[in-house]
Amino acid sequence: MQIQEKIQHRLIVMLAALVIAGCSSTATEPVVEQQPATEVVEVAEVVEVVEPAGPGFAADNTTPVDASGSPVSRTFYFGFDQSIVSPADFAALNVHAEILRANPNRKVVVAGHCDQRGTREYNLALGERRAQAISAILVANGVSPRQIEDISYGEEELVNPANNARAWAQNRRAVVSYR
Amino acid sequence: MVPMSKTTILRNCTMALRQFTLTLYVCLIATASWADLDTIIIDQGVDDPIRIAVVPFASSEDLAANDNLAKLIRFDLARSGQFDPVASENMLSYPSTEDGVFFRDWRILQTAYLVIGQARSNRLGQIEVTYQLFDVATQSSLQSYSFVVAPDQWRDVGHKIADLVYTEITGVRGAFSTKILYVLAKGIGTENPRYQLQVADVDGERARTLYSSSEPMLSASWSPDGQRVAYVSFETGRPSIVLQDVNGSRRELLTSFRGINGSPVFSPDGQQLAMVLSRSGDPEIFVMDLASRKLRRITRHPAIDTEPSWSPDGKYLIFTSDRGGRPQIYQLELATNFLERLTFVGDYNARARLLPDGRHLVFVHRRNGVFHIAWQDLLEDRLLVLTESQLDESPSLAPNGAMLIYATQDQSRGILAVVSVDGRVKYRLPSSTGDVREPAWSPFLPDVVPSPG
Repeated sequence: MQIQEKIQHRLIVMLAALVIAGCSSTATEPVVEQQPATEVVEVAEVVEVVEPAGPGFAADNTTPVDASGSPVSRTFYFGFDQSIVSPADFAALNVHAEILRANPNRKVVVAGHCDQRGTREYNLALGERRAQAISAILVANGVSPRQIEDISYGEEELVNPANNARAWAQNRRAVVSYR
Repeated sequence: MVPMSKTTILRNCTMALRQFTLTLYVCLIATASWADLDTIIIDQGVDDPIRIAVVPFASSEDLAANDNLAKLIRFDLARSGQFDPVASENMLSYPSTEDGVFFRDWRILQTAYLVIGQARSNRLGQIEVTYQLFDVATQSSLQSYSFVVAPDQWRDVGHKIADLVYTEITGVRGAFSTKILYVLAKGIGTENPRYQLQVADVDGERARTLYSSSEPMLSASWSPDGQRVAYVSFETGRPSIVLQDVNGSRRELLTSFRGINGSPVFSPDGQQLAMVLSRSGDPEIFVMDLASRKLRRITRHPAIDTEPSWSPDGKYLIFTSDRGGRPQIYQLELATNFLERLTFVGDYNARARLLPDGRHLVFVHRRNGVFHIAWQDLLEDRLLVLTESQLDESPSLAPNGAMLIYATQDQSRGILAVVSVDGRVKYRLPSSTGDVREPAWSPFLPDVVPSPG
């Protein structure tokens, strides 16, 4: 909803700019007159995309996409022994929340993972915290808790089994998967 | 134990290791096999190991193929790090009866103890084994036992003899007849990983698979009678606790609540199972009465509470909690709910196990960003880091409390390793077929029974 509103808002601003540009073009050089023509084409395109549904799923019906049709990030990374979601991930999580709100029959599994360091059972607990941190943001954005299942894999499903800082960072993650 | 600087220990151990290398060579070749665990690599022994000679057992021709008894006994004793067995090619004589023993031959080799024996098959197709242990200095017989067993039990006899000899000489009950559980993971990082829960002799031989799955397994633990194991399996898509017979076919999914079902550990009397459940939203410790299946909640805190373990008397649970901000070990008295924090050194202490004496603790300890196994004296508040490798985890104690097995990494591969609780003795059990992890040392098990003579 929020994003859809934003896009509508942008449209109004653009149309206003168009009108202003159109007005000003008469008063100044003819070169500027080129501008409105291209802007009009842009507006037409945006209107076409916005009209259907906003964020949703790609043709495979499982890949979440944003309003422009690009896949939304499903993997969110964490610091060592941390379960704090990075503010940089909020935008993508908002899109997931929007998709889930618009599709109340769809469910997601949020899988929490850890790197290889530390004990396996403690990591199982830590992975659960990461999954819960992600779900909490989805719920705060209006998603029903019944649409979400948290599963912790601890350090059992590594993306990169190497032992270096880069591999560890890749492994400390939570992944949102649509069912 | 006399406190020593790390370098002193290392230097002394290197010297001891040099001595070992020669004598072990023969044994190592003898024990190599197709098993899932490879040949054990002994890294470190005590400074002044006890010299013992185990003479090749005299055996009837039909048993020649199985004539590894002396080698097996030697390898068991060598692995304890406390013994330096004489290589058979260095022996001056090969007696198999008391009459053939010339103590002078063994004094020349500076041997403190001597083991001789015989093996033959009887009319019923069984194997009869007799052996005798001598003190070379006093020229006296310390032990004399015999066994009658099925042919496939010759390894049991060998381990039992090593146990009896070890107990006689060190005063500590031998644990060579025990078993280890572990998870062998193959194809990690591929499309088709395979996880096998295996049980093997402590020397890695006679490995067999108890359960095989495409989903991970972890946290294996033995019932105190050695008849059942509990572990965590992801076979349902989420971590669940499974109870399985070691020698039978019975296998049961015990708990599969929403969230974590983890860390199953049998109480010392075998009646209860401590576990971790997060069905209430965060991981809490529960105790299940195995007869009634009733659950009792033990912890009540929004922090992570996990990795429970029982005190030997069953009156306390120790566990990992980050209620203080970082993972540390806590102890809860079950009768009173009195809670006490046990670890204060370092910012990551987890997965603790109490020694049979109830006074010492082993656990995973992070130092300078690296995870080691540490030992702590709870009365004197002394901490000793036992291992030097990285990513050491899952310590599991031998039932005699002398050694512990743990999981570590060797060239990016998961392997098992063993260290004595004083940190002086070390060996590794690698596997060339996959990653080995999550070891659990069995309790003392019912084994072959000797008769005097």
